[in-house]
Amino acid sequence: MKLTTLAILAGGTVLLASCATGTGDPRAEALAMMDRDFHARGIASKDRLKEDAVMAACNKYNDNPPADVVARLQKEQLATIRYPADGKLLGDWKAGEKVAQNGRGMAWSDKGGVGGSCYNCHQIGPATTSFGTVGPSLYQFAKMRGFGTDIQRYAYGKIYNSKAFNLCSQMPRFGHVQALTEQQMKDITALLMDPASPVNQ
Amino acid sequence: MRHALLLGLAAAVAAGVPWTQASAQMDDPVAAEFDKFREVLEKDNPAELWEVKGEQLWTTPGGPKKASLEKCDLGLGPGVVKGAYAQMPRYFADVDRVMDAEARIVHCMITLQGYELDKLDDKPFSSATHTPDPVSITTYVAAQSAGMKLAPPQNHPKEKAAYAIGKEIFHYRAGSYDFSCASCHGVDGQRIRTQPLPNFTKPEQAIRSVQGWPGYRMTGGVMHTLQWRLTDCYRQQRFPEPGYTSETLSALLTYLTVNASGQVYKGPGIKR
Ligand code: HEC
Ligand code: HEC
Repeated sequence: MKLTTLAILAGGTVLLASCATGTGDPRAEALAMMDRDFHARGIASKDRLKEDAVMAACNKYNDNPPADVVARLQKEQLATIRYPADGKLLGDWKAGEKVAQNGRGMAWSDKGGVGGSCYNCHQIGPATTSFGTVGPSLYQFAKMRGFGTDIQRYAYGKIYNSKAFNLCSQMPRFGHVQALTEQQMKDITALLMDPASPVNQ
Repeated sequence: MRHALLLGLAAAVAAGVPWTQASAQMDDPVAAEFDKFREVLEKDNPAELWEVKGEQLWTTPGGPKKASLEKCDLGLGPGVVKGAYAQMPRYFADVDRVMDAEARIVHCMITLQGYELDKLDDKPFSSATHTPDPVSITTYVAAQSAGMKLAPPQNHPKEKAAYAIGKEIFHYRAGSYDFSCASCHGVDGQRIRTQPLPNFTKPEQAIRSVQGWPGYRMTGGVMHTLQWRLTDCYRQQRFPEPGYTSETLSALLTYLTVNASGQVYKGPGIKR
């Protein structure tokens, strides 16, 4: 199926109906060009080029959609989050640290989801100084935000679907796209929330 | 001298010295060492090895048609190499599209020498044991623009369109992680781990998308072109793979190079 026919606007209307070569609309031409030029490799199938409603809104409005669009789509994203059935949000912070360190997963050179690549973008534990700065520091996260269940739910939810809280966040939706398992997300939540985790010392 | 340095470097890499962690931390002794290596290497640039090989490949008859590339038109007329790299990507009437340097070189290898694209793009990127010919030739061609100002033309409607389309593609978020190029290269002063991320939407930083490419990459000790760099960033972006020398990559390179217009290109270089 053509990528251009799949670009759905935030409002649910079809944005581009047909092949757009030579129309003079750069966005339409860009979509048509990518559709011609990309091919599947390994686990990276070609349908990854498609925007879902969130991406379409962020792409269209340069990461700053109107408030009503944001409110509606964030609500939809919030509804995608599956909290653990056993009600336990915290796993093992030591296992979580390993997942947070691992920068691999979901690329065509990988077999599937592997790690969370959290340190690529965030300062987290005090022992690692080679952290990225795309996201805010999470060092002392619970110490500053509180250790309560509400913050536990927020942390788990943020990892599961970052767009539920900030529609055009640069952070991936690790649970939503099944890059991380429930256990991995529990373990990372523990890394951020467990009073015994080095993050909160 | 060069070999001693490369060996020293190889030893450091083998010992697990994390180069990628170094250069953002200028007080780090490893970073200082790396910069020393680079300074000395730049005087005795390993890229020259591929430049020499590329020149041979350009002038020597080869391919099924036993022809040289000396009639290849890189935009300044058949056979004119000097200054051509600094004025690409550009529109080529014979193919009715915008091409970056490597795309054009591959086109000439197909039309003049009789190579088949299927064979050239089977394994287009360098490995420890093999450097594909287009990589060496691109290095040679690039070296003939060293010291010149970047001046990719924006006259033909398709050149203007390539810039506008490239800008869209640069900002297009999709894939498993919702990334676009701009997720990593659209804000000032950000890092992935400790690797600094240039903001290519700004002219003074956009030059870093061109400067030092084609580059001898210390990680792995291989020569790479921008076709490789962009393709590997698409891997990190969790996208499917863009076609080698495709219009998508030429459009992105148009966007990046035009943003860097007017700045001096120093020739093939060294990358971490
Ligand atoms: C590609 C970059 C990137 C990656 C990878 C990433 N994040 Fe984020 N993260 C961000 C950005 C940017 C923000 C701030 C904007 C926002 O809130 O969405 C953020 C925000 C957060 C917040 C909210 C902070 C607060 O104070 O409200 C948490 C918690 C978080 N990230 C946890 C994680 C964890 C855990 C991982 C790994 C599983 C991770 N992030 C991976 C970029 C990233
Ligand atoms: C997930 C993060 C990420 C994304 C997305 C990404 N890049 Fe990169 N890019 C990097 C990193 C990290 C480096 C530095 C690598 C190194 O130094 O070895 C880099 C380096 C580069 C360079 C070379 C810069 C230099 O100083 O030599 C270019 C050019 C580039 N990227 C272009 C792009 C383009 C175009 C896209 C989109 C198609 C893109 N990148 C998407 C992370 C990313």
